[in-house]
Amino acid sequence: MKGRTISPGKAEGEALVTSEPIGFYGGIDINTGIVIEKGHPLEGKSVIGKILVFPCGKGSTVGSYVIYGLKKNDVAPAGIINKETETIVATGVILAGIPCVDQIEIEKIKNGDKIFLDADEGIVELK
Amino acid sequence: MHLTNEQEKILEGEKGDVMERLFRLLVRLGEIYSADSMIPVGSVQVAGVSYKSIGDPGMEFLEDIASKGARVKVLTFLNPAGMDLENWKNLGFPEDFAKNQLRIMDAFKRMGIVVTSTCTPYLAGNLPRFREHIAWSESSAVSFSNSVIGARTNREGGPSALAAAICGVTPNYGLHLWENRQPTVKVKIETDLIFNSDFGALGWYVGKQVKNKIPYFTGIKDANTDQLKALGAAMAASGAVALYHIEGLTPEADSIKKDGLETISIGKSELKESYDKLNTGKTPDIVIFGCPHASLREISTVADKLEGKHLKKPVWICTSRMVKEAAERMGYNEIIAKAGGSIVADTCMVVSPIEKMGYKTTGVNSGKAANYLPGFCKQEVCFANIDDLVEGQL
Repeated sequence: MKGRTISPGKAEGEALVTSEPIGFYGGIDINTGIVIEKGHPLEGKSVIGKILVFPCGKGSTVGSYVIYGLKKNDVAPAGIINKETETIVATGVILAGIPCVDQIEIEKIKNGDKIFLDADEGIVELK
Repeated sequence: MHLTNEQEKILEGEKGDVMERLFRLLVRLGEIYSADSMIPVGSVQVAGVSYKSIGDPGMEFLEDIASKGARVKVLTFLNPAGMDLENWKNLGFPEDFAKNQLRIMDAFKRMGIVVTSTCTPYLAGNLPRFREHIAWSESSAVSFSNSVIGARTNREGGPSALAAAICGVTPNYGLHLWENRQPTVKVKIETDLIFNSDFGALGWYVGKQVKNKIPYFTGIKDANTDQLKALGAAMAASGAVALYHIEGLTPEADSIKKDGLETISIGKSELKESYDKLNTGKTPDIVIFGCPHASLREISTVADKLEGKHLKKPVWICTSRMVKEAAERMGYNEIIAKAGGSIVADTCMVVSPIEKMGYKTTGVNSGKAANYLPGFCKQEVCFANIDDLVEGQL
């Protein structure tokens, strides 16, 4: 699948998929990389080293710093794939240097799929 | 995207490492969202200030760019910090938290940012004009400046706002363009809105329904700026509404295209549903007003209700340092303090560590606070109007 480059780089990993938006501030613990939002389908799951797949961001504009913090704390996802990346997530991944691509039909990706993400070219490969 | 020769030189590193890095972020965002060029901004408001929110990585990032000599080019204000920057000890904020918070404030100050921390910069000395391009990040202030003032800003992430402040420009896309400021849903109000909490409840309901659309309200007969502040804040918290219009009240409402919009209606029962859903607690340990930060009028209202009374449980009113000073001069702070209440400046309940200060249930009249307190501060919430909340603490 081909989408749009939000933040360049290459990453490989297992897909962690949700059809719900993610609000990073108050949604993911900056120290552990675990999803903490109450009632979120991914609650309790770790994003570390995963290719995190979700439709779009939501909530607080502080979310960019949380994404940057996850990377600095070595608990970040290896890559991010969205349907539509809004400014908060875009700013976070660019600052953190996490490869990210959007405009992808994320319904085609299943939890646990092995994924190769070439964000330089905007390409998502299911292995 | 068209860049001027001077802007190209920033990318080549002529203005130093920090400028290059931050300008590159703006250019990248501009390319992603198809901006044609960069436009100068009149002012900036930066989110990501509380140590509770940004942690060590955020603090080190800010200290790093401050130490490399980054300076803002335009009037720049800050979002609330994690504590009252002057009175934190008396209010019981933890010492180690305070130490890091003050390091963050120092980094901002070195960049030339006005270290007044507020989510209502428009009440504290940073007031944009109609049609002015700005780069603000606090979601309720973005909503207020776009909707009530008619200034133009996207919902900036903390670092992208900081980049705009240091570079003096922002990419020209989204809500900076007139064609993107047109309403995408009509909201018909068929009930009276009396208390500010009614506006909060309405906003929370609408935000859930419309997500990131642009609502055009009809049937709101009158609303003061405190009530519009409450409405916009709640919509930005439960959804991602960055701009709304109200027939007869907001400046762009007459000139936008209103034909053929999908319509939702909101009456008494929807408003009641909103109150019911926001109420997760029974009796508050503490009541906190001022989300977004209280105006002088809101403080004077609380002072009126507390005059000569004695509080059994704490009441806080969060506000900006500027409004606190004015309230001091009017004697409101003394009335509130005599009753046992506190005026808390520079911070707010959502970004301060209240869960570590022993509070479990918080009473609020703000739809935004009611939305965030359960997740961010592990609080049960009593959502009610100001009269019932004050009565309950006496």
